[in-house]
Amino acid sequence: MSAGLLEARGARAVRVGPVSARLHLRMLGAVLVAAALLVVVVAVDLSRGSAQLGLGDVVGVLTGGGEAGARFVVTELRLPRTATGAAVGALLGLSGALLQAFARNPLASPDILGVDRGAAAGALLVILAATALPAAAGPLQAVGVPVAAGAGALATAGLIYALAWRRGVEGARLVLIGIGIAAALQGLISFMLIGARLEWAAEAVRYLSGSLSGRGYEQVAQAGLALAVLLPVALVLGHRLDALVLGDDSARALGVGLQRSQLAVLLVSVAAAAAAVVASGPIGFVALLVPQVALRLAGSAARGRPPVLLSALLGSALVVAADCVGRTGLFFALSNEVPVGVVTSVIGAPYLMWLLVRRARGRTV
Amino acid sequence: MESTRPENRLSARGIRLGYGDRVVVGRDQGLDLPVPDGALTVVVGPNGCGKSTVLRALGRLLRPSAGQVLLDGRAIESMPTRVVAQHLALLPQSPTAPEGLTVRDLVGRGRHPHQRWFSTASAADDDAVGRALAQVGLTDLADRVVDELSGGQRQRAWIALALAQETDLLLLDEPTTFLDLCHQLEVLDLVHSLVHPPQVGQGGRAGRTAVVVLHDLNLTARYADHVVAVQDGAVVASGTPAEVFTEELLEQVFSVRARVLEDPVAGGPLIVPLPARHAVVLPSGAAAPARATDQTTDQTTDQNTDQTTDQNTDQNTDRNTHPLTAGATR
Repeated sequence: MSAGLLEARGARAVRVGPVSARLHLRMLGAVLVAAALLVVVVAVDLSRGSAQLGLGDVVGVLTGGGEAGARFVVTELRLPRTATGAAVGALLGLSGALLQAFARNPLASPDILGVDRGAAAGALLVILAATALPAAAGPLQAVGVPVAAGAGALATAGLIYALAWRRGVEGARLVLIGIGIAAALQGLISFMLIGARLEWAAEAVRYLSGSLSGRGYEQVAQAGLALAVLLPVALVLGHRLDALVLGDDSARALGVGLQRSQLAVLLVSVAAAAAAVVASGPIGFVALLVPQVALRLAGSAARGRPPVLLSALLGSALVVAADCVGRTGLFFALSNEVPVGVVTSVIGAPYLMWLLVRRARGRTV
Repeated sequence: MESTRPENRLSARGIRLGYGDRVVVGRDQGLDLPVPDGALTVVVGPNGCGKSTVLRALGRLLRPSAGQVLLDGRAIESMPTRVVAQHLALLPQSPTAPEGLTVRDLVGRGRHPHQRWFSTASAADDDAVGRALAQVGLTDLADRVVDELSGGQRQRAWIALALAQETDLLLLDEPTTFLDLCHQLEVLDLVHSLVHPPQVGQGGRAGRTAVVVLHDLNLTARYADHVVAVQDGAVVASGTPAEVFTEELLEQVFSVRARVLEDPVAGGPLIVPLPARHAVVLPSGAAAPARATDQTTDQTTDQNTDQTTDQNTDQNTDRNTHPLTAGATR
């Protein structure tokens, strides 16, 4: 009860003219903490590498100063990669938050459902074609990969949605069908790799493991643009999601156009997952893990579904941190860098097992 | 009885309903169901008779394949979902709230049809939520998480969500399922007070119109102003509880042989099922407790426990749905 009273005091209605929103202090606090965490992780990531910089140097460069050497290392070598990672992480967090709310199931995320494998299969097809046709490689890489990834993700999501539809979409059914589709796509990807020449396959495998290595400002622009468009849309859709999480009938009884709203949520989530895959290849477990962490951090201020903005910030911080670990070999002590997707899998796989065990015991997560 | 009077704000006219190719309601002839304004209408019928389906159609959750549902004289299908939700609130069967949602947040979602994405916490929203919480008596528990509540409290919270929509029409699909008797009474008392508010004259809100699907016939008899009995997707009887709950109808619709007595407390019909379907003769002891509250006339009946007296009582019941009042005036 005392906690309840605190919650009541923890929410403020903010009203300016026709605009009004409820501000939950716990959510505000969580968002600020996540943002601060992101800033710290980015600064640390920028400072680490073969040329060690102090955090002061990094801050100096980012605020427009710094000496020429540090400036080159930060802005030319490290910032594009870090910024891509941050944008990709945010896209993944957003995608997972929308999909989990949509399916009312913590297992529903683009990586588990095979949406990002669909994107990867599409992208892989074009990468193999580009390697085979060096003459057309430039435009194929620049335009073909994002288009094919988007098409692959959309086709996968469309297929899952169509197969799961029985007078409405039920979360558990969606997840099961998605897992099946993901397995089938994995088979398709393996088939493509086996058919490909060795040097092409090597390139493709690097891509498929989800890596930020060698990412430049084009990727930053791509992923950043996707985020700039999708994040505001996702935040606006949040209002409909609040009704959708009560169930199909309740949502319709509250005046929500069910199919249209579900389609919009699904589209934004899939587009975000596809944009992330285009920029970095499929980075697993971020979209699965982060929204649930965000949900727990925000507590009752999350109001029954993973919060979009907090998930995006945490996803961002997680991917940058995981890439920093993989790149600088913090705990692997390997000379080669480890792709970021491998690092997130190391964190995410135990979480997935925990989640499954919890659900198997009949507790809802 | 079945003709749609113009004053009905909500009515179904000749509707046929089904899922896929399976027609559930109105197979032979479309179903008509005028909802009396300002009354508590209860739809009853055996499992699978289509009563929930009818309610879903009245609330625009299901599109009829023939006929139409009229809301304020307009075909409900032609109205935007949002506009319908501003006039009519529907509580689906056993809804589930997402984990970690507080009562206040759940009830606040009832404001959805009145909100825009950029305006989700207006003063009007706060007022409506506060009123709805007060009406269901959950003001003190507003900041509790819904999963922590008892079954009855949880159901009241969902009803408050529908109330926060501030609609004159309220459709509730089996709001008492899975509740113990105490909580069933709690919920039905609440619904009754919404339809017949105690302080209309003192600035209180005028009564609402409610349509409720219920399983319990005696609770229906106690609370309903208007009963609609549905069998096999068709309305077989409608009217006051006393008009609908006859022994013939109970046998025909529910396949239950029962006595219909007068409820000694509320005065309506009281349904007492006979012990077993094949039992033709009523065991002498079984009928006694139900009538024990009455006086001498009944005791003489009980003493003469031969079959003829019982059949006489039966006939009395047939002719007059208030056998006990008739007995008392004798």
